[in-house]
Amino acid sequence: MIELRHIEKSYGEKKVLSEISLSIRQGEMVALIGANGAGKSTLLKVISGALPAQGKALIEGRKIRRIAAAQRAGIIAVVPQEIPSTIPLRGYEFVMLGRTHRLPRFGAPSAADCEAVERAMASTGTGAFKDRFLSDMSGGERQRLAVAIAFAAEPRIILLDEATSHLDLNHRVEIMQLLRKMNRDQGVTILMAVHDLMLASRFFDRLILLQEGKVIQDAAPPAVLKEDILEGAYGCRIRTIQLPDELGTCVVPV
Amino acid sequence: MVDDFMQRKIMMTRKRYLILAAALTFAAVLILSLMFGSTGFGLPDMRTGTGCALLDLRACRIAAGLVVGAALSVAGCVLQTVLRNPLAEPYILGVSSGASVGTAIVMATGLAATYPILLPLGSFAVAIITVVLIISIAQRAGGSHMPQNLILTGVVTGSVLSSVLMLIITFAGTHTVRSITWWLLGNLQCGSWELLAICGVPIILSTLYLAAQANKLNALLLGHENAHNLGVNTALTIPLLIGVATLMTACAVALSGIIGFAGLIVPHILRRRFGSNHRFLLLGSAAAGGLFLVICDTLGRSCLPPHEIPVGVITALSGGPFFLYLLTRKQR
Repeated sequence: MIELRHIEKSYGEKKVLSEISLSIRQGEMVALIGANGAGKSTLLKVISGALPAQGKALIEGRKIRRIAAAQRAGIIAVVPQEIPSTIPLRGYEFVMLGRTHRLPRFGAPSAADCEAVERAMASTGTGAFKDRFLSDMSGGERQRLAVAIAFAAEPRIILLDEATSHLDLNHRVEIMQLLRKMNRDQGVTILMAVHDLMLASRFFDRLILLQEGKVIQDAAPPAVLKEDILEGAYGCRIRTIQLPDELGTCVVPV
Repeated sequence: MVDDFMQRKIMMTRKRYLILAAALTFAAVLILSLMFGSTGFGLPDMRTGTGCALLDLRACRIAAGLVVGAALSVAGCVLQTVLRNPLAEPYILGVSSGASVGTAIVMATGLAATYPILLPLGSFAVAIITVVLIISIAQRAGGSHMPQNLILTGVVTGSVLSSVLMLIITFAGTHTVRSITWWLLGNLQCGSWELLAICGVPIILSTLYLAAQANKLNALLLGHENAHNLGVNTALTIPLLIGVATLMTACAVALSGIIGFAGLIVPHILRRRFGSNHRFLLLGSAAAGGLFLVICDTLGRSCLPPHEIPVGVITALSGGPFFLYLLTRKQR
């Protein structure tokens, strides 16, 4: 589904991604972890086609930057890190942006578009925000709407860049459960840059650990969330505690 | 669910009443504008040749007001969204100055009388060069989405182009100087249905094209990268949108000279009142922009009879303070 071969990316003289080769199968739920500046966001931008890079970035066997914009948006949806409050749109209009690639040029959105938006808003618990302007919402509420945009697009892959970092614990878990449900029920591939390692261990099947633009670990959470590995990647002393009942691993800096 | 349904129904009814009220206001303003003039209030006597000519002149002027107002407002609206800059507007960005240099060159060479189509063409040629220059310089200065960079670059470029315009006037003949100066004041007395058609058709077609791009413009509200992720081919769409906005400005300037701030005031008020959904905002800006300019022109030709105040003066007097208010207002 997603295949990266020898991806390299530099900003000026600074190399941010180096020799990255990996593949993600349809229906996987993968987290990108690593310290600040490790290259997580840049890698997501390369996969979404927003950033050109050396090497090959393929989606369903095709070069991502060669796929027509509207077609690409039907395959991949991206949830950004933050949505600014200055966008003068109402909640419903905002979520309708997820259907941009399908909307008719003239006239009102089709019944299918409206249904997809209604569904996305209901599933993210944002139904009450339909007529409210984004400027009147909290950061967390806007972020839930950003997730709703991705759901409304009905994509096969969802890329999320730290998309739950502005949410409180309750909504963070709610959105993660929703993503997992989409992943399990509809086979949607999820790739998310995550800072919260507990969240990563609890909800994801596979973790890719980046350090200075390179993949240093790529395995199931128990194999990656080890003290010596994390200490090397994050540059601090770390203790890990295995939690009961599939709650994942608790990672604590010491 | 029932509450939601009722609320939507009430909103739809309210929207219908709003559209009806806007249409009635629109019609009333046009009729009143036809009756106002420096000669007093009332329709001219249609039994005389002078009366017919006067009515024709007023009708042409109103049509020019509608077309130019629509062009400037829609261009301002698009530039604000694409450049993610709330202060972007053809006049402030210096695009109008570029267009005016192009038009003045055509006028000074004496080609305007024989080939009136050269007026918008010349205007567009210099305007598009100006836009590319301004955006490139603003990018180098730290990003065209930063209001200060873009506005400063626009103001300085506008000043340089004003000097170029003075240079053209200096070397032009007496008759040409008079026509350039009169046109530069910013007035809707184009006096010719032919020129109005030459400039009006591209403006109407551009407005329709932009209305078809409303969904992409909505996506661009989130920034260029997010718009790309939502399925907008930003590498192609953004230059096209800027190009079309420039074409509209060029045609407006070729028709009526420099009319400042219309592209700032109208979209801003509509955005604040109704939000930024371009499906409504673009056509709303076109209608309200046209109406705004017709009202300004009617005021200009009737408030100090027998003198006429050029419409550009009225828009500058109302738009300048509005711009300063926006500049100093705390971003919400």
